[in-house]
Amino acid sequence: MSRITIDPITRIEGHLRIDCEVTEGKVAKAWSSGTMWRGIEVILKDRDPRDAWVFTQRICGVCTTVHAVTSVRAVENALGLEVPLNAQFIRNMIITAHGIHDHIVHFYHLAALDWVDIVSALKGDPEAAAKIGASLSDYAGNSVPEIRAVRDKLTKFVESGQLGPYASGYWGHPAMKLPPEINLLAATHYLQALEVQRVANQIVTILGAKSPHIQNLAVGGVANPINPESQSTLTIERLFAVKTLIDKLGDFIHNAMMTDTAAVGALYADWTQYGAGVTNYLSVPDLPLDTKGTVFELPGGHVPGDLNAFKPITSYQDAYFRDGVKEAVKHSWYDYTGNAGALHPFDGETTPNYTDFQEDGKYSWVKAPTFYDERAQVGPLANVLAMYAAGHEPTKRHLTKLIEVASSVAGSPIPLAALHSTVGRIAARTVRCAVLHEALQNQWQLLLDNISKGDFDTFNRPVFPKGEVRGFGYHEAPRGVLSHWVVIKDGKIDNYQCVVPSTWNAGPRDQNDAPGPYEASLVDNPVADPTLPLEVLRTVHSFDPCLACAVHLVDEDREPIVSVKAM
Amino acid sequence: MRILVLGLGNILLSDEGAGVHAVERLGKRLALPPEVEVLDGGTCGMELLDQISGRDALIVVDAIKSKKRKPGDTVRLAGADIDQFFRTRLSPHQLGLSDVLALLDMTGAKPAEVVIVGIVPASLDLGLSLSPEAEQGCEAAIGLVIAELERLGVSAATRSSPVAAE
Repeated sequence: MSRITIDPITRIEGHLRIDCEVTEGKVAKAWSSGTMWRGIEVILKDRDPRDAWVFTQRICGVCTTVHAVTSVRAVENALGLEVPLNAQFIRNMIITAHGIHDHIVHFYHLAALDWVDIVSALKGDPEAAAKIGASLSDYAGNSVPEIRAVRDKLTKFVESGQLGPYASGYWGHPAMKLPPEINLLAATHYLQALEVQRVANQIVTILGAKSPHIQNLAVGGVANPINPESQSTLTIERLFAVKTLIDKLGDFIHNAMMTDTAAVGALYADWTQYGAGVTNYLSVPDLPLDTKGTVFELPGGHVPGDLNAFKPITSYQDAYFRDGVKEAVKHSWYDYTGNAGALHPFDGETTPNYTDFQEDGKYSWVKAPTFYDERAQVGPLANVLAMYAAGHEPTKRHLTKLIEVASSVAGSPIPLAALHSTVGRIAARTVRCAVLHEALQNQWQLLLDNISKGDFDTFNRPVFPKGEVRGFGYHEAPRGVLSHWVVIKDGKIDNYQCVVPSTWNAGPRDQNDAPGPYEASLVDNPVADPTLPLEVLRTVHSFDPCLACAVHLVDEDREPIVSVKAM
Repeated sequence: MRILVLGLGNILLSDEGAGVHAVERLGKRLALPPEVEVLDGGTCGMELLDQISGRDALIVVDAIKSKKRKPGDTVRLAGADIDQFFRTRLSPHQLGLSDVLALLDMTGAKPAEVVIVGIVPASLDLGLSLSPEAEQGCEAAIGLVIAELERLGVSAATRSSPVAAE
């Protein structure tokens, strides 16, 4: 038996430590530990609820927008405040553009390097790569000169020794299986994706008035005055500039990212056997189409393993969602008053009790959320399964297409059930990205149509009553269900809890000692070489880990900050 | 000369946000010419690629961990120091500033000049305000940034009345 500790597994998104017990080349037991305390609740206490979003968007450097949007939704929910249609559409466009940005960056710049061998790509023949590309789609960026230019650039870069994002990659690892031409094709799209993600980010910047921290939100709407005539506000001209950017994204997502994902899925088909973990899935509907949040462009809900048992979540007042969420701290570095087993977020407590890492006791700063006392997996896979079960046409179409292309590359049909896996999570993220792109186009049209009717409203003023009100807001964020829970007393915040996607997925064992999704998904993963645990990283990275606390300290002493210990 | 002055850090964790505080103060106190942009980058990574791309110079203000300096000290890193200092911290799954710069380098859009102004923190506890040490460091860092701008040929006038808020 050997033991692997990877600490931390991410940097920019926060601190995550993974411990695995490996027996006979397989993970037998795993622990997921968030190593930093996040106490936004403490900072928000007694503040004006209208300001909460400004602080919550600082929780994380990757998820700024999503915490901002969820926060205003929570306060609006507490007040029963409706949001003007224009504000909904503008928020929806920001959400979708951000989601597209996030999914592209995750697939190409974070996850792809677990599967694509850049050093092998240097040996790829540009003409053969272009031929493979042409056989998969008619994407314009697969030309021989383009691919050759990328290969030359990469060669120069690797030879310079400044490996940058490629340093400490697992090149030549026995688990790397793509042929050089596919590696080269993926590397070409990797570089193109840099440009594409910028375009998605520009949409957020235009609508959000600033990036990386948007400035345009308000409890009750958005602060974008709409005036088709004026130059200083959201004009028709500016909206058409946004449309041009939206259209730029389409070709890449539908013809490069979809086929790359299908190829990785097909050529790593063995990874459809690993990483299922917790198959109780939770997602929420998003992109509200009315002022109250009762009609949504994208469905969401609870998939308890079986698609036929799908239970939709249908509104911002949904009691099934509201009453199902709890957080346990038996294995987390907190104490609850009276040793309560698990608490609802409205009654949530954040009292730290650090004990050191105890594998049978407390070992994480992350709490363990449950949905009706069961662990639930969140994220694009949960969302795609829910949307599929709800009969959402674009989801069905994109998922079917992806599976068809993957099956043709693999030379044998891939069943829908293959999605319950490490590779399935990656595939679902790409499907969701394609769905979001269509939704973004639609939201743009809805906004334009509504303005054309002469409706320029973007804001309803919030009024805070005397006494106590409670509210929750949710958002299907790039990493899954994000919910904020607020208790307001006499116009001031009395309690505030964020139940974030990575809490659902990265949480430690719960009050019944049931492992969280990261922990469960790692069990039975192969590990060829405990000192180079690429397989463990593949499964954890497939969740797109983000622990929402992002200490961003630079180290003058030049100490390597990632340590892999194999004992 | 297009220059970006970029403050990085998490303002929820006291001195971790010293870089953000420094650039905010700088932006309020100085009337800078249009070719200089001051940006609060928070703890973002890839989201900053678009902002950094194509600038001639990048001045980063950030909290910096250092064993040989005391809290509140400032440090200026440039040239080979930056490369060397990033080299030990790289990994394919941690897209921080170093990765963004490496990617920009590969695509030919990296600023020719990159300078890091670091502030050594005293506290990383939860909280919105700076420790007295970091408070001093923050002011010293502003001075270093102004010197850097002057070196790059930018003259910054002090605003007659500071801007109230962003």
